[in-house]
Amino acid sequence: MNYTQLICKKETNAYFDSPSAYIFLIVFLLFSGWFFASPLFLANSADMRTLFNMIPILFLFFVPVITMGLLARERSSGTIELLATFPLTEHQIIMGKFWSALKLIAVGLLFTLIHLLTIALLGTNIDFGAIFCGYLGLIMVGAVYAAIGIFASSLSNNQIVAFIISFAVIFVLYMLQYSLFFVPAAFAGFFQYISIGYHYSNMSRGVIDSRNIIYFLSLIIVFLRLAVTVLESRKWK
Amino acid sequence: MIRLENLVKDYGTVRAVDHIDFNINDGEILGFLGPNGAGKSTTLKMITCYLSPTSGNIHVDNANVMDDSLDIRKKIGYLPEQNPLYSEMIVYDYLKFVAEVRQIPNFKVRLKEIIDLCGLHGVMSKSIQALSKGYKQRVGIAQAILHDPEILILDEPTSGLDPNQIVEIRELIKRLGKEKTLIISSHILQEVQAVCDRIVIINEGKIVADGSADQLKSGFNKRMSVTLQLDSGEAAVKQMVEALGNIQLVKLTTLPEKLTEAVLEFDRALDRRPEIFNYIKENGYTLYELHREDISLEDVFRKLTIEGGKQ
Repeated sequence: MNYTQLICKKETNAYFDSPSAYIFLIVFLLFSGWFFASPLFLANSADMRTLFNMIPILFLFFVPVITMGLLARERSSGTIELLATFPLTEHQIIMGKFWSALKLIAVGLLFTLIHLLTIALLGTNIDFGAIFCGYLGLIMVGAVYAAIGIFASSLSNNQIVAFIISFAVIFVLYMLQYSLFFVPAAFAGFFQYISIGYHYSNMSRGVIDSRNIIYFLSLIIVFLRLAVTVLESRKWK
Repeated sequence: MIRLENLVKDYGTVRAVDHIDFNINDGEILGFLGPNGAGKSTTLKMITCYLSPTSGNIHVDNANVMDDSLDIRKKIGYLPEQNPLYSEMIVYDYLKFVAEVRQIPNFKVRLKEIIDLCGLHGVMSKSIQALSKGYKQRVGIAQAILHDPEILILDEPTSGLDPNQIVEIRELIKRLGKEKTLIISSHILQEVQAVCDRIVIINEGKIVADGSADQLKSGFNKRMSVTLQLDSGEAAVKQMVEALGNIQLVKLTTLPEKLTEAVLEFDRALDRRPEIFNYIKENGYTLYELHREDISLEDVFRKLTIEGGKQ
């Protein structure tokens, strides 16, 4: 087993050894179930669009909660000194933590497949391609949030501070496209392009465009790289 | 061998470590002594590659902490100050995680040895947060020695323990010191005196003394002072001092039991005690007591760290 997998395994065990993962999963599924079921018969269409539109908003609260402790707790308890003096690189530590957060997010999404089963049984003419595409978008959004959350967690030894920072950064990035009328016309295109919501809405409609994928991947890389840099900053002279 | 060369560490404008320069030989047990805030932990953090020096360098077996950090970390077992642990983990899971990180091939065999060595019987399935402080410390030490490192660095391994636990941990450290290069930091003198071959005292980031406990004491006191009680009477003692020569009579009293008590002082380099004893014997007196009044390491430490460290 390589070092990244080891850290990932340790964090995943920590999630499931404590109530946090179960609370996250139960509350997330309650909310997503409500948002799926309540408009289903009103809209009378066999798709998951409303759910797909709501999950990024749910993630805005849930993902910072699952990532806020990943580094902040190590810092406040001093165990970061153990990790950092083991023969591990900062990159392996961050990636291990990122994969474990993403795994938990993916488990949450996996449970929402039960809604897909519902519409598959009740509805006709289901666009499975669009639904697959939407899930891909959700995983991407979850991964971006997790990267931002890990970066925020690396900044502080206080979990609440980490939560607030990651919430604020994600909120701004997600909401940019809804505030375009505040910015000068010349920048509107740019602001729209850097908005998570804009790229996600393309994918949730069922369009896979390499630009969206590249956008998500580059955000993930930037924030994880920043987190690695923050961890390494203790070694600055 | 570990070489520290002109090591400097600044935290902002504060200089925590100020041109520290010394070697630690293989197999040596080094006590790193200093008051709180002297720069002990910072120095250890640099040896373990947690922090980088502002200037200067550290070599471990000719590898450099800046360039070969991963290789050096594999050789070192480290118990950081305050003994950080994953408190929500079970002891077994924690040691298993450490073993995996350290890539220990035969975990089960090694674990048995470690349980015996550290006395962890009966707590392996307990959650770390439920352990007493002494057991937590043992788990911390188990973590540090699990991969059988060549170099073991323990930062204040007994702080916060009760006297019985301190004795147990010290016994453990002594056992470990037989086969490893060991660095122990402490602000407790008895501790380093009890287990270390060599003591380095630092204060305000600078080395103020370096040597064995005896060397440090003798460096401070060139004269040895001896108290004796005998039944000869005061005059005979004065005669003896004159006969032997180069001995200073500091104090002479007659005790209520009609014994004479004398305090003598002479050059430490030349131990005169056998001569004194023989003189007394040859002249038919009876010696009731002969003991050395020694300067304690406490005195040395206080002199070095409180009175500005100027000998």
